[in-house]
Amino acid sequence: MTALATLYERMLFVRRFEETLLDLFSQGKLVGTTHTYIGQEANGVGVIDHLDPAVDTIFSNHRCHGHYLAFTDDAFGLLSEVMGKATGTCGGKGGSQHLCRGNFYSNGVLGSIVPVATGIALAEKKKGTGAVSTVFLGDGTLGEGVTYESLNMASLWTLPVLFVVENNHYAQSTPVELELAGSIRARAEAFGVETDELDTTDVEEIHAAAGRAVARIRETGAPFWLVLHTYRFSPHSKGDDNRDPAEIEARRERDPLTVAGARLEDDEREAIAVRVEQRLAETVAAAEEAPFAEPEAA
Amino acid sequence: MSAGGHRRCAQVLNEALHEVFAARDDVDLLGEDVLDPYGGAFKVTQGLSDAYPDRVLTTPISEASLFGVAAGMALRGRRPILEIMFGDFVALGFDQIVNGISKFREMYDDQVTVPLVVRTPMGGRRGYGPTHSQSLEKLLLGVPNIVVVAASECHDLRALLVAAVEDERPVFLLENKLMYGRPNRRPEHRHVGEFEVRETGGPYPALTFSATGFSEGSATVVTYGGMLPVVLDAVTELVLEHEIFCEVVALSQLAPPELDPVLESVARTGALVTAEEGTLTGGIGAEIAARVQEAAWSDLRRPVQRVAARDGIVPSARPLEDAMLPSARDVVEAVLVLEAVRS
Ligand SMILES: Cc1ncc(C[n+]2csc(CCOP(=O)(O)OP(=O)(O)O)c2C)c(N)n1
Ligand SMILES: [Mg+2]
Repeated sequence: MTALATLYERMLFVRRFEETLLDLFSQGKLVGTTHTYIGQEANGVGVIDHLDPAVDTIFSNHRCHGHYLAFTDDAFGLLSEVMGKATGTCGGKGGSQHLCRGNFYSNGVLGSIVPVATGIALAEKKKGTGAVSTVFLGDGTLGEGVTYESLNMASLWTLPVLFVVENNHYAQSTPVELELAGSIRARAEAFGVETDELDTTDVEEIHAAAGRAVARIRETGAPFWLVLHTYRFSPHSKGDDNRDPAEIEARRERDPLTVAGARLEDDEREAIAVRVEQRLAETVAAAEEAPFAEPEAA
Repeated sequence: MSAGGHRRCAQVLNEALHEVFAARDDVDLLGEDVLDPYGGAFKVTQGLSDAYPDRVLTTPISEASLFGVAAGMALRGRRPILEIMFGDFVALGFDQIVNGISKFREMYDDQVTVPLVVRTPMGGRRGYGPTHSQSLEKLLLGVPNIVVVAASECHDLRALLVAAVEDERPVFLLENKLMYGRPNRRPEHRHVGEFEVRETGGPYPALTFSATGFSEGSATVVTYGGMLPVVLDAVTELVLEHEIFCEVVALSQLAPPELDPVLESVARTGALVTAEEGTLTGGIGAEIAARVQEAAWSDLRRPVQRVAARDGIVPSARPLEDAMLPSARDVVEAVLVLEAVRS
């Protein structure tokens, strides 16, 4: 079992990375867009700790930074990518939502990634690598029909896909009540896919549930549908937020950092904070210094 | 089996599939109803699942996802061949084609390749009606970073399929419903019937036909796929009825556009007709016309003529379908218009 302090440090790094991005945006140092993971860190960190970056794969969505950092630990590649630097993970071609490094991929069209993750699982199964193909999707993405085509195929063909549904109760500005009918969990059960569902921000609980899910996939080779109810504190993207501030405030009591941090000694927490700030400062400095992406000379 | 010494196109493609399956064990085939004994709606995959049960996968009817599944497989080192039962259903895959398959390599900064092949039949003239008869290749033409290849009955179909499987880029190999049952009339001793044929190099060659040893020609007709036999009928009629000689260029690589053989022919003939079975507006003829006038304005004595289907649906009833799709008569008339402009 990975130490709580380690999980906490990863979550704090994601939190501070994302806050730094929003900061850099307001300073005009970033262009394009970003969808931060602030508030949802326990999901990515808790789940991805069970994946082996050398073997397993992740296909992530528009809100991919937390997943990317938890899987690759490549903060410099991500930050310089978002800054449009040549040193970015995709040389500045992808930007925030189109990342690739090793066994990590992300794409910005909702739903689109789910069949691709299914195909990855099919390939890995044929190659006999034992890899688990993880795909992250939001509540709003459950409106995309290809999700269900993929569930059908993953179940039919017994493919090692971990579907992680992060229900943060909003799709951009639209509350889940206005975009989703029925049960998230029963959607997968109807396809004969094993499921679990948690309404928590406790990284230890998520870590344990994800551990069971990944172990089941490795054991059976069959898909698993993990539903994580969650909340984002930051705007959907940069400044677009019309939620009731009281609602956001109430949720802050369940901030995953507060929940996990309460179980650590003060000095340990402080030491972690110092390390995180230092690493972040170094990352920002290095990325700011890196050369911008340039078109190849004709 | 054979027709005039030639095997039928579906059989040639079938044998080529068996060949690539034997040669490479990283090739898989996915599609609807592809298993034996059925062997695919047009029988192109016959015998394959019996020979390679683990590498031929019959799928749910989920085209929108299947393009993505194939992409995922290709990203991870397999070389999937996706059979789409009718070309019309490529429409369901456009998100994956536009936002995934065609983008992954470049947007991920060349860290990945997507070596997949989509095989699908286009074309009408079988009375299948508006949603099973279209020639939709023009929709693929505007998507950067994919290769669009149109097979014709005079091309080396085996070589096209093998090249597509070997290609690191995503390849759309467009077949044709009428072509399947026709003999694969490959050039023999550089001839197809009365025509002398020149073939370009590269994996997806163009064939240039001339009835005069490339010495005399009033116009070039550029075409591809299922329109080739229609165009060859038309130029034969032009010789017999009007004593007008045309060269015909049959492209196989539609995208990225490779028009050198067209430019070479136009340099000899000075006039161009484009002929495609898809609807006129925004078609392949429009793209070719634009490029040829950019590159060879001084060679063109007359305006480029386009022959295509009328902008509308492909009706089911035979006389209605015939009226809508481009015919040999339409090609003849387009050439005669050029002659009229000249005289
Ligand atoms: C096909 C598609 N439609 C719309 C969008 C624009 N868009 C980006 S994120 C988003 C909301 C997604 O909601 P959800 O799936 O719940 O994920 P969350 O943003 O809450 O993490 C929308 C509408 C998109 N990227 N792709
Ligand atoms: Mg959401």
